Amino acid sequence: MKSLIIAGREFSSRLFVGTGKFASSALMTQAIDASGTQMVTVALRRVDMDDANDTMLEAIDRTKYQLLPNTSGARDAAEAVRLSRLARAASGIEWVKLEVTPDPYYLLPDGEETLKAAKELVQDGFVVLPYINADPILAKKLQDVGCATVMPLASPIGSNQGMKTKASIEIIIEQATVPVVVDAGLGAPSHAAEAMEMGADAVLVNTAIAAANDPVQMARAFKMATEAGRTAYETGLAPKSAAANASSPLTGFLREI
Amino acid sequence: MQTQTDIQSILSEKQLDINRECWEHALHTVTADQVRRELSNPAGKFSPDRLVTLLSPAAEAFLETMAQQGRDLTVQRFGRTIQLYAPLYVSNVCINSCRYCGYNKTTQINRTRLTIEQAVSDAAVIAGEGFKHLLLVSGEDRQFITTDYLCALAGTLREQFSSLSIEIYPMSQDEYTQVFNAGIDGVTLYQETYDRNTYADYHVAGPKADYDSRLDAPDRYASAGMRRIGLGVLLGLADWRIETLAMAEHAAYLMKRYWRSQISFSFPRICPATNVQSEWPHLVSDQNMVQMMLALRLCFSDAGIVLSTREMPDFRDNLMNLCVTRLSAGSKTNPGGYASEKGAAEQFEVADDRSPHEVAKTICSHGYEAVWKDWDASFHSLKGVKSLNPSPQ
Repeated sequence: MKSLIIAGREFSSRLFVGTGKFASSALMTQAIDASGTQMVTVALRRVDMDDANDTMLEAIDRTKYQLLPNTSGARDAAEAVRLSRLARAASGIEWVKLEVTPDPYYLLPDGEETLKAAKELVQDGFVVLPYINADPILAKKLQDVGCATVMPLASPIGSNQGMKTKASIEIIIEQATVPVVVDAGLGAPSHAAEAMEMGADAVLVNTAIAAANDPVQMARAFKMATEAGRTAYETGLAPKSAAANASSPLTGFLREI
Repeated sequence: MQTQTDIQSILSEKQLDINRECWEHALHTVTADQVRRELSNPAGKFSPDRLVTLLSPAAEAFLETMAQQGRDLTVQRFGRTIQLYAPLYVSNVCINSCRYCGYNKTTQINRTRLTIEQAVSDAAVIAGEGFKHLLLVSGEDRQFITTDYLCALAGTLREQFSSLSIEIYPMSQDEYTQVFNAGIDGVTLYQETYDRNTYADYHVAGPKADYDSRLDAPDRYASAGMRRIGLGVLLGLADWRIETLAMAEHAAYLMKRYWRSQISFSFPRICPATNVQSEWPHLVSDQNMVQMMLALRLCFSDAGIVLSTREMPDFRDNLMNLCVTRLSAGSKTNPGGYASEKGAAEQFEVADDRSPHEVAKTICSHGYEAVWKDWDASFHSLKGVKSLNPSPQ
């Protein structure tokens, strides 16, 4: 499996994980470990970047994982930019998962405000990974302003519905010049494998792991599925055919004559 | 031109605020088969018919199925987490005469107003316990708890707390805008009852006697930009099933119109208080309250479900596994009660007097994480905040 490069940093794991919704920090740590991930996103609303003893931050070993703060909860570009800057000032982390989600129910991203914030943050030296609707044109605009990846959603966040936006994600994967990370809505390892088989560069999973009966085992399952999907993509799937392809063809006798 | 429908016309069109008869009839004609069918639909979407079915007496026999669905949906949407907050009572002076309330102006109690310094001392105790979410509570004491007071207090408390909300008298939209700009991001305001006649019976004097002004207040504070909208009815005043239907209509209206703000529901059951009657016509049993919470959860997958220390420890602990997303803990309902033992009179008697630490430990023992911080003050710009929500019509 080839490694993934984002903003000059190499990742051998193509599974990114979220940290919300776990029953305890200890369980979160074990699940992160079992997932084999090297990229962990954490909501700035949940942590205190100024506090060295913050239990969630303490539980994430920053020598092993790239910590990716996210701006979940921001209603507009100004809020996301302000939050990112304060987080960087407190932590020194320049990476940000840009989330502008003004609707608190489906948490769908606001493309207009995301683009505005992305421009500003990139100019300010951030490595920006924006969470977006599966909108190929927006993805292009974001890559044009210098985002490090694009992160289209598979279905509404936390919904576990899988690849509902498949047709649009296929276009994004086909056209993108930056890594495409499928984010949100992946509810089963098979969904992650599906995204990876299609050629996504990585997937991000939170709820499906954190809300599972056994998050550690589920993290392992997602690790294997992500690897399986990626390996299949790199190998190249055998072509599909609508008709059956008989292994003993009816005209085989012609060669025998 | 599109005309905006306001909540008053929605409630009166559906006869939810005046005429209970049609709703009582609907609730009592639901059959077990209808409940079974409704429970086989995907959980989390509101329609009045669905809510009627789930609130019906027939649904009582399906409480366990509702609980399983409610728990699963809550874990899916909120994770295995329960957020903690604390109330800070700043004044028990009140110009209203609500018949159920310990702060009723005609009641002889020890009245206290906290100066900003005193409130900050109380808040320091709360912050010391680990809280990051604070709810400022006051009687209708406009003379002392002014917008200037709230703005100044918020300015100081913002450094210690991630989120500040208020549960005080209804304000004008300008006043809400001022306190929002000062860092207050949520408002809890119970309609108490959506039944106009009952409302008039219990709110006999003072500005709170104006039902419509109270009903419109969420429009005013949501327009001012408030992120959190807290709704509730005081359980015990009127038929809880019809109250729930009306509150749900109110919530559905607010969610559509002020789509950037998040709704939560509270479930205050009438509690004993000084000089307040102890007999109530519509007391809500534990079983009824659980049905109410679950019916709302199964119609509003992302609504916060809030439980205060009015409830007994055992009951609160059991509800952690069902659908509750936010709990208060270690609450003192008397102004000054945190920093000093001898405080003023309480609004109601606290039933769960465990320390916040004990409550957090219990949350943990139920397989959930106690979340102290789920917001950040830096979302909020102190200057030049513009409201993104529309204005009320």
